[in-house]
Amino acid sequence: MKRAGFAAIVFLALVTLASLLAEVLAPASYAQQFRDAPDAACSRQHPLGTDDLGRDRFSRLLYGTRVSLLLAPAAALLSCTVAGLVGGTAGFAGGWVEEFVMSATDLFLSLPWLFLLITVRALLPLNVAPLTSVVITFALLGSLGWAGAARVVCADTRRLCDSDFMLQARASGSAGPRLLFRHLLPNLKPVLLAQFWISIPVFILSETNLSMLGLGVTEPLPSWGSLLRELESYSVLSARPWQFVPLILLVATVSCFHVAMQREES
Amino acid sequence: MNLRSQLLLVALLVSTGSAMAADSQAANQLRFCIGAEPKTFNPLLVDDDASGTITYLTGGVLIRLDRVSQKLLPELATSWSINRAGNAISFVLRDNVRFSDGTPFSAEDVAYTMEKLMDPSLHSPVGDSFRSSEGKVTTTIAGKNHITVTFAAPIVGLDRLFDQVAIMSAKSPQKEMAVLGPYYVAENKAGAYLLLNRNPNYWKRDQSGRQLPYIDSVRLDIQQNRDIEALRLTRGEIDFINSVNPEFFESLKAKAPQTVLDAGVSLDSEQMWFNQVPSAPLPDYKKAWFASSHFRRAISASIHRDDLARVVFKGHAQPAVSFVSPANKFWFNQKLQPHAFDAKAAMRELNQDGFQLQNGILRDRGGHAVEFSIITNAGNQDRERMAAMIQQDLAAVGIHLNVVTLDFPSLIERITRTFNYESCLLGLVNDDLDPNAQMTVWLSSADNHQWNPNQKTPATAWEAEIDRLMREQASALDPQKRKRAVDRVQEIVWEQEPFIYLVNKHALSAVSPNLHNVHPAILRPQVYWNIDQLTLGKEVATSR
Amino acid sequence: MSTLFKCAAKTILIVLIGGFIGATLARFAPGYGVTEEELDSRLSGESLRALRQSQQLHGNLMSFYIGYWGKLLRGDLGFSTVMREPVRQLIAERFPETIKSVGFGVALGWAVGLGFAILSITARSGAVDFATSMVATIALCTPAAVLALLCVFAQAPGRLVIAVIVFPKVFQYARNLLMRSAALPHVVAATARGLHKARIFLWHILPVAAPQLLAVAGITVSIAFTAAIPVEALCDMPGIGQLAWKAAQGRDLELLIVLTMMVATITLLANTAADLLGKAATHG
Repeated sequence: MKRAGFAAIVFLALVTLASLLAEVLAPASYAQQFRDAPDAACSRQHPLGTDDLGRDRFSRLLYGTRVSLLLAPAAALLSCTVAGLVGGTAGFAGGWVEEFVMSATDLFLSLPWLFLLITVRALLPLNVAPLTSVVITFALLGSLGWAGAARVVCADTRRLCDSDFMLQARASGSAGPRLLFRHLLPNLKPVLLAQFWISIPVFILSETNLSMLGLGVTEPLPSWGSLLRELESYSVLSARPWQFVPLILLVATVSCFHVAMQREES
Repeated sequence: MNLRSQLLLVALLVSTGSAMAADSQAANQLRFCIGAEPKTFNPLLVDDDASGTITYLTGGVLIRLDRVSQKLLPELATSWSINRAGNAISFVLRDNVRFSDGTPFSAEDVAYTMEKLMDPSLHSPVGDSFRSSEGKVTTTIAGKNHITVTFAAPIVGLDRLFDQVAIMSAKSPQKEMAVLGPYYVAENKAGAYLLLNRNPNYWKRDQSGRQLPYIDSVRLDIQQNRDIEALRLTRGEIDFINSVNPEFFESLKAKAPQTVLDAGVSLDSEQMWFNQVPSAPLPDYKKAWFASSHFRRAISASIHRDDLARVVFKGHAQPAVSFVSPANKFWFNQKLQPHAFDAKAAMRELNQDGFQLQNGILRDRGGHAVEFSIITNAGNQDRERMAAMIQQDLAAVGIHLNVVTLDFPSLIERITRTFNYESCLLGLVNDDLDPNAQMTVWLSSADNHQWNPNQKTPATAWEAEIDRLMREQASALDPQKRKRAVDRVQEIVWEQEPFIYLVNKHALSAVSPNLHNVHPAILRPQVYWNIDQLTLGKEVATSR
Repeated sequence: MSTLFKCAAKTILIVLIGGFIGATLARFAPGYGVTEEELDSRLSGESLRALRQSQQLHGNLMSFYIGYWGKLLRGDLGFSTVMREPVRQLIAERFPETIKSVGFGVALGWAVGLGFAILSITARSGAVDFATSMVATIALCTPAAVLALLCVFAQAPGRLVIAVIVFPKVFQYARNLLMRSAALPHVVAATARGLHKARIFLWHILPVAAPQLLAVAGITVSIAFTAAIPVEALCDMPGIGQLAWKAAQGRDLELLIVLTMMVATITLLANTAADLLGKAATHG
């Protein structure tokens, strides 16, 4: 377990380092189109081949890793923090506060947020920088993705409020915010870590769907989500296994996050 | 791990999932997909593809445009004539024809259909095609099989327009569901499929006297996902795909070359334009850029159209010239050539307007860096790719282009209501050979004059000239006179580039080897335009 | 009885508010009142104006909503401008399909997710834990469109995609909750006393985690309904998810209100049931 956790952290560090050194490691700019070689197979010049516009896939993977590896966990952290605060406070307070907050959460889960996202796009200027657009996208995802986890956190909080260590904490004089922040929230880790682990790939995949609304990563900036979009067509069934590298990298990264978090927990 | 092993793994995960059994194909049943549910079965109100497909398969028309030869053929009318003034058409109707429910067909049904079609409160797109001016349309019935339809003003290409008018029954209790075409709607499972059965009273027979159609029924599956549609064709679950994307075309060509058909360049085009609406919420300096023909020509000369055709459309497109496709042999201005890529010419045009390249960034007279956005509809991968390529092309001349994909309603709102956009990349789906069908695009006062609609007076001299020429061709009955006017419009558009035409796409389709007597056309519907003569399996057609 | 009445009143109030907020979001989103048919070059100016007029909401949103509720009380769910059919008929035709898909998806998702979580806890093997996590991670990271394509390729039902979307979430929550319960002192004591694994799990681990697992069950219903929208659109399954996607694209106000209220009702009922059962499990 310790070795697995260590290996996971090393892998994550290597991936992060590779993305930060993209300018050095990438054989070409992520935007450069080798128009004489679209959909090319792997070669020395293009280690992972080229995409449908002749852009080097390996370069786009490196640069895309920067966007997704930084922003998706940040958005996941935001959604977990909000879920923890909302669910934890509701479960801790109990009574009508819990009922009201959970009803509001249920309402939040049911609303068609698609229209809010379309409206946000309408309010943004058309000439917004790609990085600004993607930061806004992940911020939106983070601020809309907390509701489901908040419910689970609330249920967990209710259970924890009756547990022995909480009784002891109360008996020793802890009350109110101190009880909530110093004793309760740290014990919500299993639920919050589960939510964090789930959110990362969900947000990466959601980001690419948001490009249908004008949000998300804009051309020519790549992200894992936009690279995964290549798989969403009939051509995925043709024998081009190198197209799956972004998916493999995403799976490997998310697994490493999982293992690293388990190591941290234990 | 290869793909097959991966699939086995997926299947293993399913402990209780049951495989969906493929429906066994009914004997002699044609199967293909439509992208959405039809919105209406009323042939006069058709304005979407799915409804248009149903109308084509079930509707009987007086005159049919042969999609391959592009000649007009008699259908329910055995002959017709247009008067000298060009505002009246007389038909001699076929005898002993009945609707699908047995109701007899006569001139009364034609009169009834025309009355409904031209009702101004119906706002029928088909009806609007006939409306060259205000005024009533009258019908004169002279006997059971003779009818004359008279319009208030001459209509160019009058006979051709009847290809779109499916005749409805004046008397049948089934109303629009009683049809004269080869099939009738037998079953409609909402969201899933439609089943059309052969019309037992269909009037057409083959040379040996056998009643058409050869195929007993048609099943139209509602399938929005184009990739799943492609997969189903390869598995033999459907018999053809009317219009395939170039990627799938090439993929299928590699495996089964006999199943793919490239009918050649179609009437469709892809183009971009700049927002020239004076009241648009844009900075004045940008409005000045977009209003300049030098700027537009420079952008046009900076784009590698050959690359767009080769890379995005895999060679199944060609650089476009103007709003008339080269496939439209009579109307296309043969003297014009596509704008070639020419970086030097682009810079000359820009310099004429005071633009200068400074440290790799193009700046205007006022020192503003040339940066603008292009909007296009999300989900259309070809357009997204074209936009990305144009972005790279313009970067080479120091222009920063921001590509913004929007959902279609948001895009339409921007280009028709708020005018809050800078440039737009869209396509023209053109079903009509006659350029008169594009009047509402070229008249400066019209709503579809995309770059600057609803002008009270033409904003530029060249737009005023186009107005004059389009009105001239709409009122002239002499085809050569019309041709001269339309040729001149094409020249003006080629020079001024209000639309920067990029490519004309090819008509690509895929057909199962099981389907016979297919003669793919560039006009829609490409594959099944001769539906009553198609055969499945070993059946042999004895009529062309 | 009073609890039931309170729940019903709360549900109705939230559904009302949800419908109004949904209508507001749709009404003021860009693209409301426009339609693709406007770009048809055959349409005359008059026809175009008539088309645009027909797409507009007459009067303000509040009066529309109050009027709509009046219609609703009479059993008239309105008319869909996108599908050109009464909303009631559309829902009646498509709701059973979605219920089947969501039911299948949730049931299978739970069966596999909980099964994997139990396996991961009880096997006490790093290799098993890794393998189950890996399968869940692959399911989580694969786009729904790819899953849909693979399902069609494998001739499996499209509703399987919903199960694949649900199960990794169930797995991860369940695994963490059960693992935490398994580390509690009374479980350690039970193990030391030599009780059978199955007995320890069923009597000592599962009951402790039950309230939270029920909460997860509640939200998986919501997750499954949300997943049904893109899955039905991708796999062309004629359910209300596909209807919701078309309604959103077409800004079909009356249809969107009904769908929002339906989703709100189902979410509320599922979560309320989970809450009540959870409380019962805690006090039991």
